[in-house]
Amino acid sequence: MTVSSRPPLVLILKDSLIAGAISLVIFGPICGIILDGYTFNTDFKIPLILTSIVTAGRFFFSFFGLPKLPDLSRIHPLANRKPTVPDKIFLGIVFAVFLIFPFVGSKYWLTVMILALIYVLLGLGLNIVVGLAGLLDLGFVAFYAVGAYGYALGYQYLGLGFWGSLPFSALIAATFGAILGFPVLRMHGDYLAIVTLGFGEIIRIVLNNWLEFTGGPNGVGAPLPTLFGLEFSRRAKQGGTPFHEYFNIGYSSTYKYIFIYLALLFFVVVIITAVSRLKKMPLGRAWEALREDEVACRSLGLNHVATKLSAFSMGAMIGGIGGVFFAAYQGFVNPSSFTFFESALILAVVVLGGLGSTVGVVTAAVILTILPEALRDFAGFRVLIFGILMVLMMIWRPKGLIKVKRPVFLQKGKG
Amino acid sequence: MEKYILGQQLVNGIVLGCTYGLIAVGYTMVYGIIGMINFAHGEVYMIAAYLAAIIIAVLTFFGINSAFLSLILTLAGTIVITSVYGWTIEKVAYKPLRNSPRLAPLISAIGISLVLQNYVQINQGAGNQGIPAVVSGAIKIGGGSNFFQITYMQAIIILAAVASMAILSIIINKTSLGRACRATQQDPKMAAILGIDTDRIISTVFIIGASMAGVAGVLVTMNYGSFDFFVGFITGIKAFTAAVLGGIGSLAGAMLGGLLLGLSESLFSGYVNTDYKDVFAFSLLVLILIFRPSGLLGRPEVEKV
Amino acid sequence: MFIKNPILEIKDLTVRFGGIKALDKVGFKVEKGSITALIGPNGAGKTTVFNCLTGFYKATSGSIFLNTDDGRVDIVKILGEPFRLSDFINPVAFISRLRYKMFGGSYLIARAGIARTFQNIRLFHEMTAMENLLVAQHMSINRNLVSGLLKLNSFKEAEERAINKAYDWLDIMGLRADANRFANELPYGHRRRLEIARAMCTDPALICLDEPAAGLNPRETDELSMLVRRLRDEFNTTVFIIEHDMTLVMDISEHVVVLNYGQVIANNDPESIRRDKAVLSAYLGTGNDD
Repeated sequence: MTVSSRPPLVLILKDSLIAGAISLVIFGPICGIILDGYTFNTDFKIPLILTSIVTAGRFFFSFFGLPKLPDLSRIHPLANRKPTVPDKIFLGIVFAVFLIFPFVGSKYWLTVMILALIYVLLGLGLNIVVGLAGLLDLGFVAFYAVGAYGYALGYQYLGLGFWGSLPFSALIAATFGAILGFPVLRMHGDYLAIVTLGFGEIIRIVLNNWLEFTGGPNGVGAPLPTLFGLEFSRRAKQGGTPFHEYFNIGYSSTYKYIFIYLALLFFVVVIITAVSRLKKMPLGRAWEALREDEVACRSLGLNHVATKLSAFSMGAMIGGIGGVFFAAYQGFVNPSSFTFFESALILAVVVLGGLGSTVGVVTAAVILTILPEALRDFAGFRVLIFGILMVLMMIWRPKGLIKVKRPVFLQKGKG
Repeated sequence: MEKYILGQQLVNGIVLGCTYGLIAVGYTMVYGIIGMINFAHGEVYMIAAYLAAIIIAVLTFFGINSAFLSLILTLAGTIVITSVYGWTIEKVAYKPLRNSPRLAPLISAIGISLVLQNYVQINQGAGNQGIPAVVSGAIKIGGGSNFFQITYMQAIIILAAVASMAILSIIINKTSLGRACRATQQDPKMAAILGIDTDRIISTVFIIGASMAGVAGVLVTMNYGSFDFFVGFITGIKAFTAAVLGGIGSLAGAMLGGLLLGLSESLFSGYVNTDYKDVFAFSLLVLILIFRPSGLLGRPEVEKV
Repeated sequence: MFIKNPILEIKDLTVRFGGIKALDKVGFKVEKGSITALIGPNGAGKTTVFNCLTGFYKATSGSIFLNTDDGRVDIVKILGEPFRLSDFINPVAFISRLRYKMFGGSYLIARAGIARTFQNIRLFHEMTAMENLLVAQHMSINRNLVSGLLKLNSFKEAEERAINKAYDWLDIMGLRADANRFANELPYGHRRRLEIARAMCTDPALICLDEPAAGLNPRETDELSMLVRRLRDEFNTTVFIIEHDMTLVMDISEHVVVLNYGQVIANNDPESIRRDKAVLSAYLGTGNDD
């Protein structure tokens, strides 16, 4: 910021003081007067500190100008380019690390990575709906819940094991996606968002209250996954043989996590491949065209109904698969895991990663899962930080941290 | 007997409706003027609840116990502070995004909503918060074991809603500020060319919305006696449903929608099922947006090609 | 004016918005293989006609028929009409109306063979020129999910054909250099041509151009004239064009339909239109106007 374009010092000071006064009003009561039953305790340290930060910050930025956020796509190795040989080696190394990790990492971090991969899956699913097709879905958690409950209830009522439940829950979730998509066909932007939010909440409330079927707030237990009939528990519960007995090794609860992790990794790779292929297919292009301009799509003969429904269904299906893994990992499901905050979290993954960018979504999901674990002390601030990040991202980089590069089409044989 | 149960449901419904109407005003005015859903509006209502408790606690500490004084001072204080919140939210989270792609302001709004929830939770604790009764007593209609009642607090809510709507209508329809608001709503560019400071108008709209939510927050809290940091979320969505039902952009629609939603929710809750009353409200929202997105008092929008 | 072989037949087309009649019993025919212009003062209803024709507005009453090689298409019907009382007695009509109400819509029109451009240029801005053209070819491309996911040869061949066709159109429009550039980075004249190319990629029988010369300088307008003729001559496409640029209209059109206040006031060849009193007064006002 040049000296000449900076407003006069007096004005900056006045601005900063006003900002400070406003901060006092905002932070004073809520942060300074802490309710304790019907009485209160005061702690004016916090509002004063916050006010000083705001005043100083306002002064600093008015004086020196806003910092420029670096273009991360130059740093991130996988963004932007057609994979060259060094890129492919890098990808191979990353994959190898992911593959070996469960065998060398601690059990705690293994569970963290399982969660990270689940969020990768969820992010990929929502990315189709929001990032590619441009349909702001705030109720994505509903499909996640359908998948999870599909697994738990599928075992309870239909005797479906892990591998049977995957296609079953995926199909049910996809159906729910189509059912959700149908009424919202004519809606756009904000209305679409609120209606999908409503759907998500409806599903959660129903799950919470339909005691006979879903177990209400206590939830339902979910069976452990099996591998060719081998169970991963200490004693066989599903009529098969315990894994450790079959291979004559000692029991360890880690085995089931390793199995879940590897199965999850497999699905993540399959879905990443499928999505990147879809983006280069007419369907993927139709999704992105829909996001750009629905009227133009219709004028070109694109069936916007089918396109939207396919986006919802595919996204929902992937979300459902994520739900199955979550249920298997946690061992039980209850409605408290499927709140609006989860939808917002998955949306944050997609938004931060860059709407439409697969690489971005994967990166964001991993970071957003690992970071809270690494910063355990700040657990209470997790939501706050997410919220602030979302606002900042929209102000600085609404298109995501990593710029999506369009595919290049060259003509074979000609110039 | 039935008459009195129905009577109670109707009273509760009207009071609920007034609440929704007051909050819906904020949604409808903001959507009318900048075309976005202020997702964080429900949280302003929640903050008002906490402010009410805080101010009451402080007043009690200083020995001010008169119901009348407490009510007036709490309302005044809350209105001022929530106005500041409303103004700040707009300046921080929405103004920078006026020219951004469609999704950006909504995502930013969600972010702010989360920030406010967590911010209050961190500072004031996650548990349920209570507030001592300020106004007690009720008017009983009927006698013996067959009666229903309107508490004085409920009556105050209804009066406050009517008064607020009246004042707001006068402002919007009879003052130059109101005219500027309406002009900006209809054609922001033209309004700017004609010399209207659209930034100031937008801020004013946010302040008005926040104040109404503040009033609602104070009075409802005094009526129910307890709340937590999460009350803004569901109430906010329902108030938005009311705004859409009445016709987004229409002030009268906000109140009408609020009353309709409040009454139907109360009746549903009383006669059908209480657990699913939120499902009822959400389903209503979905149905309205599918079949009549312009609401009762709104004008149907023709797609511009 | 007598039309031998009409590709488009519009009869008694009426459109009401609330209390306003945007179109009042508009009727005319468009000759197959012709270049027909729709002109009229601002607000006459020209874009409304286009929008009815291409499925973005629903007509209040009247009929629009498209005569293609595959038969006669009832445009109003495939957009989905409101139910009538007689439907409840006539199950066939009911089912047909239900079908179109649920699954019909403006996209069927493009599939029937009508393409269009827009007054405000509706390109897919965050996609490249090539992608815009590829999206337009979705009807003729291989949309089989399995063959795409597995990258089968049938898919790759179809993609290559589509890319070649897209490049052919880029060459015709002189936009080869823009192939992989973002649509919103292109200069205005290029964007107009790209939109026309995109519409042509759907292999339409009838293409509707909405003020294609708007914002073009005289040289670009001349190029546009030649282009429009080429569309008709080389690609067997009937061109229906809304325009304000009278030089362009007089230069290339064979038939001219004039609209004013939602009604057809003249329908003739360009020379006759130039001398038509009603047309002149609509544009210039009669001597008796205050």
